[in-house]
Amino acid sequence: MFLSIDTALIIEKLILIVVVVSISLVVAMYTTFAERKVAAVIQDRRGPNRAGPFGLLQPLADGLKLFFKEEIIPNFSSKFLFILGPALAMLTAVMTSAVIPWGDKLHLFGRDISLQIADVNIGILYVFGVVSLGVYGIMIGAWASNNKYSLLGGLRAASQIISYELAMGISLISLLMVTGSLSLKEMVVQQQTGLWNIIYQPLGFLIFLICSFAECNRTPFDLPEAENELIGGYHTEYSSMKLGFYLFSEYINMFVSSVIMATLFFGGYDMPFVNEANLSTNVAAIVGVVALMMKVVFFLFLFMWVRWTIPRFRYDQLMHLGWRILIPLALFNMLVTGAVILFLDR
Amino acid sequence: MQALTNRALPVDRKPMSFWEKLYLPAVFKGMMITFSHIFKKKPTINYPEKQRPFSPVFRGLHILNRDAEGRENCTACGLCAVACPAEAITMEAAERLPGEENLYKEEKYAAKYEINMLRCIFCGLCEEACPKDAIYLSETFTPADYQRKQFIYNKNELLIPHPKENPEAYAKALGNRAAKGSVNA
Repeated sequence: MFLSIDTALIIEKLILIVVVVSISLVVAMYTTFAERKVAAVIQDRRGPNRAGPFGLLQPLADGLKLFFKEEIIPNFSSKFLFILGPALAMLTAVMTSAVIPWGDKLHLFGRDISLQIADVNIGILYVFGVVSLGVYGIMIGAWASNNKYSLLGGLRAASQIISYELAMGISLISLLMVTGSLSLKEMVVQQQTGLWNIIYQPLGFLIFLICSFAECNRTPFDLPEAENELIGGYHTEYSSMKLGFYLFSEYINMFVSSVIMATLFFGGYDMPFVNEANLSTNVAAIVGVVALMMKVVFFLFLFMWVRWTIPRFRYDQLMHLGWRILIPLALFNMLVTGAVILFLDR
Repeated sequence: MQALTNRALPVDRKPMSFWEKLYLPAVFKGMMITFSHIFKKKPTINYPEKQRPFSPVFRGLHILNRDAEGRENCTACGLCAVACPAEAITMEAAERLPGEENLYKEEKYAAKYEINMLRCIFCGLCEEACPKDAIYLSETFTPADYQRKQFIYNKNELLIPHPKENPEAYAKALGNRAAKGSVNA
């Protein structure tokens, strides 16, 4: 594709960026609500049901509460980094959504609008890079707090990301060997015509799933924010909306990694048993977005389901799982994939 | 050594099998257990909208009773105050004047009657001590206020609604009582 930047394209992309960012914020908001509801029903409770019908206004009330809380910056912290931490966490969480294909193209006002902000041909590498940047938000915030518990939380976050990023990367390599492309859009198109990647890479998906739990600091791996031993971990010193940003970025990360998993392994915006070619462009795009969202909702539920089932790892168990089980397993998966591809000469 | 009971089980220290070492089947089993809980009946009652039924002998806030014509039963004899182990009740007696027969049932009445709800232990001894059926404990139970002094309830707050002027509220207040009485009898 040659580079053609006209005003309409810029406007189109700007609108798309605003829409995507606000959708991911709203989804993240309601994920916090869903988390509380899922936790409640799993524990035979009712969950929040006071604010609005079925408690649907609860996330708004929570946000409002956080805004009205007193903003405390400890005077022994380094102020600039203290503010930079949550900002960075939020920024990297939102940035990832740029390369995700949310659907096929819409046909509006005589233009084909691709429902992807940037179809970068190294899409998955970009996601990978930005996600690993996300830990800087945690580390910087933890360091700036000048508090031993925060620092320990930050240390844990850093070492956890290093341990699990590796296995995640290797499991991705075997996926890339199958698809032969780094572009997320290209992967989805391949899965639309052929089979979903989960069929080719079940073990790779399992490793990727476990690693994304670790990357999102979700429950079996939520050591950086362990309440009982670290008093909240990296956000011990945080209050008000800065705390809100940290908590919120966790949910955006969850949303984004659900989208990534759906895109990489479960056909992205491909609706199963429906041939998109038979539908008109706009209908196909809408069906695609709905399909993607359904998959995402399932993964978000999985995140919560696991959280309320499995207790937290001990730190040495976490390291053991990362270095001595997942990485060899990912290498083995890569080896087998390579051998099979070579053998079948695809 | 002899065991105290034969309920003690030996700890299984066999090394884990391959499937157990995988952990995934166990994780899956655990997730199925939590999933099954989604469909279980919730024991929670949506409190302000729905209330759990009380025991027939429940003892809540006090009510000063009137008879069917709306006359106060209390004669300020002070037996309730004497019976009260928490010393929460104070009263001042007054004589009924001519023309007040529609207000007070007997010649003597309580001009001031106060119960300190912060002292009260809701034992119900005042109800048992009363010879005139003038005080009983209702099913109202969550008094809330901003100041301690508001918890010293005076006669206006304790009296049952007037049966003639406000029959609905009277019937409601008496309704709780009737259920209680039937069990006691």
